[in-house]
Order: sequence, then C-alpha cells, then structure tokens
Amino acid sequence: MKLNGEVLKRKFLNGSLGLTLISIVLGFLLGAIILLVAGFNPLEAYWVILKGIFSRSKYISYVIIYATPLIITGLSVAFALRTGLFNIGAEGQYIMGAIMAAAAGYFFKLPLILHVTLAVGLAVIVAAIWGGLAGYIKARFGVHEVISTIMLNWIALYFSNFVVTLKVFGSQGTGKSYAIQSTARINLLSDWKISEAGIEFIRSHKVLGDILKTPINAGIIFAILLAVLVWYILNKTTLGYELRAVGFNPHAAEAGGINVKKSMVISMLISGGLAGAAGAFQVLGVSHRIAKLAAMEGYGFDGIAVSLIGNNTGPGSVFAGLLFGALKYGGSKIQDAMQAPTEVINIMIGTIILFVAMPKLIRLILTILERRAKN
Amino acid sequence: MEAIIKDMGFIIGTTLMYSTPLMFTSLGGVITERSGVVNIGLEGMMFFGAFVGATVAYYSQSPWLGFVCAGLGGALLGLIHAIACVSFAAEQIVSGIAINFLGSGFALFLSRLFFDGATQTLTIPKKIPLPFSFLFGEGKLFQSAGFMDLVFNRFATVYLAFFLVAVVWFVLYKTKIGMRVQAVGEHPEAADTLGINVYRIRYGAVMTSGFFAGLGGAAMSIAVVSRFSNTLISGHGFIALAAMIFGKWKPQGAMLACLLFGGAKGVEIYLGAKGFPVPSSLLAMLPYILTIIVLVGVVGKTTPPAAIGRIFDKSGK
Repeated sequence: MKLNGEVLKRKFLNGSLGLTLISIVLGFLLGAIILLVAGFNPLEAYWVILKGIFSRSKYISYVIIYATPLIITGLSVAFALRTGLFNIGAEGQYIMGAIMAAAAGYFFKLPLILHVTLAVGLAVIVAAIWGGLAGYIKARFGVHEVISTIMLNWIALYFSNFVVTLKVFGSQGTGKSYAIQSTARINLLSDWKISEAGIEFIRSHKVLGDILKTPINAGIIFAILLAVLVWYILNKTTLGYELRAVGFNPHAAEAGGINVKKSMVISMLISGGLAGAAGAFQVLGVSHRIAKLAAMEGYGFDGIAVSLIGNNTGPGSVFAGLLFGALKYGGSKIQDAMQAPTEVINIMIGTIILFVAMPKLIRLILTILERRAKN
Repeated sequence: MEAIIKDMGFIIGTTLMYSTPLMFTSLGGVITERSGVVNIGLEGMMFFGAFVGATVAYYSQSPWLGFVCAGLGGALLGLIHAIACVSFAAEQIVSGIAINFLGSGFALFLSRLFFDGATQTLTIPKKIPLPFSFLFGEGKLFQSAGFMDLVFNRFATVYLAFFLVAVVWFVLYKTKIGMRVQAVGEHPEAADTLGINVYRIRYGAVMTSGFFAGLGGAAMSIAVVSRFSNTLISGHGFIALAAMIFGKWKPQGAMLACLLFGGAKGVEIYLGAKGFPVPSSLLAMLPYILTIIVLVGVVGKTTPPAAIGRIFDKSGK
C-alpha cells in the first residue's frame, strides 16, 4: 500500500497537474513575500482576498462574471497552442467579436433566442476571419503569427475606436455605442428582476437576491460548453488529431500526408472564433455596448496566461480562468481594505507562469527537498 | 512655401520624438534575438523602465540618473528571463509572457507604494535636456519654431538612439563579441565546440536587451512626456518587437521600421492638428496595415537567426 502511494505521489509530481499546482503555490508564496517586504501582513491580505471571493453570493457571482471572458480567450489561445501556433492576437479577435456583437445586438430586431444566436454567430465569424487571416498570412507568406497578430490587434483596436464615432452606431461625443436591444442580452431574468415580483424577491431572499443584483449571465454556461467542445475537437476528432500532429511535429505531419498549411488556417480560424465568442458574450451579458478604448483591455493577453496555467487544455482553461477571475476580483479588495497594491495579483500570475515554464527548476527543487527530507 | 517647409519640419520632428522609445527597445530586441533568445517580454521591460525612470527622476531631480536606472530595471527583468530561458530551459515565449506580467505588475505595485496609491507618478521636475537648444531662438543661429528648430531641437535621447544604432551595428558586425553573439544565435553547438561560452553570451545579450528596453521606456516617460502612467507604454514594446522583425533582425533595419511607425504617428498628429477630415483612428491604423503589406509583399520571407527559440543544453540532452 505504501508503495502504491509512493508511485502515485511520483506520478503526480512529475505530471503536468502537479507541476502546475506547485507553481501556483510558489506564486502565492512569492506574492506573500512581496507583500511582507512592502510592509503588509500577507496572511491578512490573503484572508481579505479569500473573503472577497467567497464570503457573499454576490462576490462569487462577480468572480464568475470576471472569469467568463478569460476562460474563453484562454480556450482560444490553448487551441492554437496545441496546434503549434501562438495566438497573441486573441486580443484583437476579441475586439472584432465585441464590435460585431454590439452592432448585431443594436441594429437587428429579432426574437430573443434568434437574436442572441445571430449576434454570437456573426461575432464568431468575423473574429474567425480575423484570426484566420493571420493563419493564412503564415501559411501563404511565412510571416510569423506573433507579428501579424500584433499588427491585427492594433488595427482591431483602432477600428473599434473608429466605429464608435459613427453617427449611426453611437451618439456623438460619448465614445460609446448605443446599448444593444434587450432581445440580444443573455442576462438571467433581466426583465423579471425589475418587475414588482422580482424586486420583492430580491429584497426578501438575501443570497439569491444578491446574485441577481449582479449582471449574472449565461456566458459561463457557454464558456463551459465551449471548453467541452475544444476538448472534444482536439481529442476525439480526426481534425483535432491532425491539428495536434502538426503542432507536435509539422515535418512529420507533412510526411504523414497532413496538409500543414491548411491546418494552420483552420486552427487560427477556430482560435479566432473562440476569442470572438468571448467578446460577444461580454457585450451581450455584461457591457451591452462597446466604448472607445484608450489601451488594450487585456482579455486576450490574460487568456494567454489562463491557457498556460491551464496546461493548454479545455478543462484546464476553465479552472485557470476561474482562478484568474477570482484573483482579479478578490485581489482588487486589498486596495481598499488595507491599501495594499492590488497589482500583487499580476506579480503572482507572472510568477506562476514563469514556474510553469520551468519544470526543470521545479524538479530540481523537489529533488533537493527530497534529499533534505531523507537526511 | 514657407508654411509647407514648416509643416514638414513639424512632421519630421514629431516622427523623431515618437520613434526614439521604439528604437531603444527594438535595438534590445535585435541583440537578444541575434543570440538566439526570443524576448517577447520587451513590453514588460519597457513598462518597468518607464516607471523606474520617472520615479528616480522625480525623487533625485536628475533625469539622467532616472534614465540609467530605468535601463538597470529593465536589465533586472532581463536577468529573470535569462535565468528561465538559458539556465532552466523554459519555453522562451512563455517566459516572455511571464515577464510582461511581472514588469507591469511590479511597476504598478511600486507606483502605488511610492505615489500614494496612484498608478501614475507625479510630474518630474526636469525632463531629459534639449542639447542643442542654445542654437535656436531670438538672435541665435536659427529662429525658433522654424524648420531647423522643429527638426533638430530635440531631446538628447533622440540623438542617443541614433548613436546607439551605430554602436550596436558596429559591435554586432565589427567586433569579436558581436561575432560571438551571432555565432551563438546561428549555431550554438558549433559555437560551443569553438570554446565560446554560449550561456554567458546569452545571459549578456538578454540582459542588454532588457537594459535597452528599459531605456526605451524611460525615453517615453521622462522625455516624450514627463511622468509614468499605467497606459503610457500600452503595446509599444510589442511594436518595437515587430519593428525588429520588420527590420530583419538588423539594427539599421529596426531603426528604419521604428521611423516608419513614428512617422505614421507624426502624420497622424499633424493631420489631427490641421483638422483633416479623415478620423484619427483610421490614420492610426495605417502603419500596422502597411507593416502587414510590407511583410507579405515586399520583404518576402524573413529569416530569423537559425537557432532562435531553441534551447541550448551543453550536456547535449
């Protein structure tokens, strides 16, 4: 029995899940040290963060709202990475999806389910083209996707800032587009919430009422469904097998009869479409409009972190997205509670990614610890 | 006629000002990638450098001290990147992403500590000086607000950036150390058998790139503007990275690409000031569209250093 435990332990520590968990622990440890050096009590800070995440149903609801777009952009980056492409352009694809969803949500007048489907569908198509463009440029001209997507991110950002100035799309000078129609919103019970019965319910039910006060929406359900879809495509379909083969070794895949160039384009189409879905759900569920962007919002870049921490898998992205969303939301509370800079979260995330990137270092630490324990 | 010349001067001058931070950072990119290490963390290094530069310049009242410290701050992040990529075989792009989180994270964390919870510094008392300002003005060699003034009466960092392009070019192509950097980037195993210490060269190159990116950030925060803020850098490091590739991994090429990006900014500001009927956001898009077109059409395939992104392990594993 002892032996079995030992084997399990070894498997866990050498597997990717073990390494990720150790990296997360190390990230929290470093965050604590930095807070300590800066003169804050790390235990108090972490307690504030923990309370800020779990102590009220409202907080949990916000964590989920924060996590939703991150999970989906994480899926986008993960899908591309598994097929050997680094989609740093999730940011721009997210923006294109958001623009399209805001436009379709405002201009069309359709019944609820049809309207949402159309808005999301169009957003996904536009963003897929935006991502696929980078794939095509790489396949056809050999331009590295990191460079083309950096360019496409900026073009998307400025395009978004251009469309919000259009008279038909937003009132002049506000820097915002008009709000989408109520039929395009994916918020839960939004009409009922402002009805008399709804207001009464929110007042009398503390826990559920608290949740309903937040812009809780169906995005998280879609995010989980998309995670399952990504897992299914990658692991259970011929397409996924081929794409992963290209990611693993393009030359071998080519020799095995797989069209590598076509795979690049398909992979970026799907990856872009996913990022676009993230933008669409954010617009339909939370912001209900787009606004002028002074700088990149970072959903795409945070998606890279989510993907890497989630070991570039579907389910991994869900957990990493929730972790990231929780830290981002909970972490914002230490600012008011104890004037501790909330950016310690970014440092922690950076540290976790850094350790995830260095399995060699973690194994070294483990071996040293093991030797110590033996002596 | 005179008005046209003056307008040209305005555009050229603005171009120089906005190209400078990119040039420092892009040169850093050339150095690290030539040694075979991808550095997508330039953005974070620039971000951190911008903060350190403005903070030191604010407290010490010396812009030059701030400038140098910004470089050192960037080099510190470079050291982390090098430890991860060179010593511990980290995936270089992943480590670079981590550096971006760390750079912005530390900058904003420290900014809140030093500046009363704000994510921007206070205005620095003294910017980087204009070294040739004595030539311009009433009764001087050139009149103020003329063509010469608009073009040449620029911050010292502008001149320094061009000087460093020449220095990096010279070191890379004309000195032993530069040859070694190139050898390590093209074929580390061969370089190793010739007795070159691949690890040491790469550590040096990555840290130097961090130093340059830090300078680039400071060239923004203590010359172009006079404070650091959380949206100041927003993507300039990535543009510098693209400029480096656009410039085919060469210092002179990177310089030209940065001038293109800066030039587009110059034209955008000029047309905006003149009330030109094209929306500024569409103009702002232009350099990026142009870059893609150039990469696709004119430049054709770009060839990075052969061993780029590849992990070197002396033990041969």
